[in-house]
Amino acid sequence: MAREKRSGGRWKIQLLATLACNPFLSNFFKGKLYRGPLKGVCVPGLNCYSCPAAAASCPIGSLQAVVGAPQYQVSYYVVGILIFLGALLGRGICGFLCPFGWFQELLHKLPTRKYSTRRLHGLTYLKYGVLVVFVILLPMTVVNEVGLGDPFFCKYLCPAGILEGGLPLSLANESIRASLGTLFTWKSCLLVGVVVLAVFFYRPFCKWLCPLGAFYALFNKHALCRLSVDQDRCTACGACSRACGMDVDVFRSPNHTECIRCGDCIRACPHQAIRRTPDLRATHKKELSR
Amino acid sequence: MKRSSVLLLLAGAVLIAAGVLREEHVTVLHKGVNLCLECVGIG
Repeated sequence: MAREKRSGGRWKIQLLATLACNPFLSNFFKGKLYRGPLKGVCVPGLNCYSCPAAAASCPIGSLQAVVGAPQYQVSYYVVGILIFLGALLGRGICGFLCPFGWFQELLHKLPTRKYSTRRLHGLTYLKYGVLVVFVILLPMTVVNEVGLGDPFFCKYLCPAGILEGGLPLSLANESIRASLGTLFTWKSCLLVGVVVLAVFFYRPFCKWLCPLGAFYALFNKHALCRLSVDQDRCTACGACSRACGMDVDVFRSPNHTECIRCGDCIRACPHQAIRRTPDLRATHKKELSR
Repeated sequence: MKRSSVLLLLAGAVLIAAGVLREEHVTVLHKGVNLCLECVGIG
């Protein structure tokens, strides 16, 4: 499927965000983690806290850690961070601040044939199941003798942990390398699967599996950073829909749960009918409901 | 400013404060500074 060339400075923000989440690059060679106080704070995107370079903690991993802790079961802190960030940016975090999302976009730039995911729209609901079951219910309910729950998503489904943590640490640290087994093999296969899919499909993990994207999606319609369509300019030509890698009909539903605010639709619109709004005051532009 | 956005921002801030009072950030810190064996595939 032909896709319009993406441009704009978004990659610069994505690069800065990736480096800001992972500033301790020398730790890749030392095979160790940063252990400072910043690890008590969560980054907005999916970035494993076992990445040697990571400065702060993964929100999904942290959520499971607190939910799985016997003294808590509910996390006000991590959920509060996610709600705050979601209310600010919605899934704009996915589009601008998530290192793993950027990783998939870079893979998608490889010059191969690309395939549409429009007919696979039903798979987008899978990530909500991943969020509820693997991130919340299982760590909360399946516990060991001392009441600790495993981080089920991190353990069985998250490819970022292998990419950012497992692979670099196993290369740099002999004892870690000696401890690898079946779980590492399974997760490596998952990572390879995501890598291959990302070459041919746009952001498959973000669309179908990411629990963080699922959470932020709930706030897209309420976030401060939004898109708006000027109905006086819009002709419903569909150029925005064709440009959208997340399969959103932007002119119908500019703040759809799948929109990552990348701005491709804005650049594609021949009538300049779409714009980002900070939504500092209520807009009176009529938006067609989906 | 959209009312729902403001309410959500406030709710988020209140929850963060409540979590800090419960010292949940300490749990997050402990998890973050130690190697997550599950995350890296050791289990």
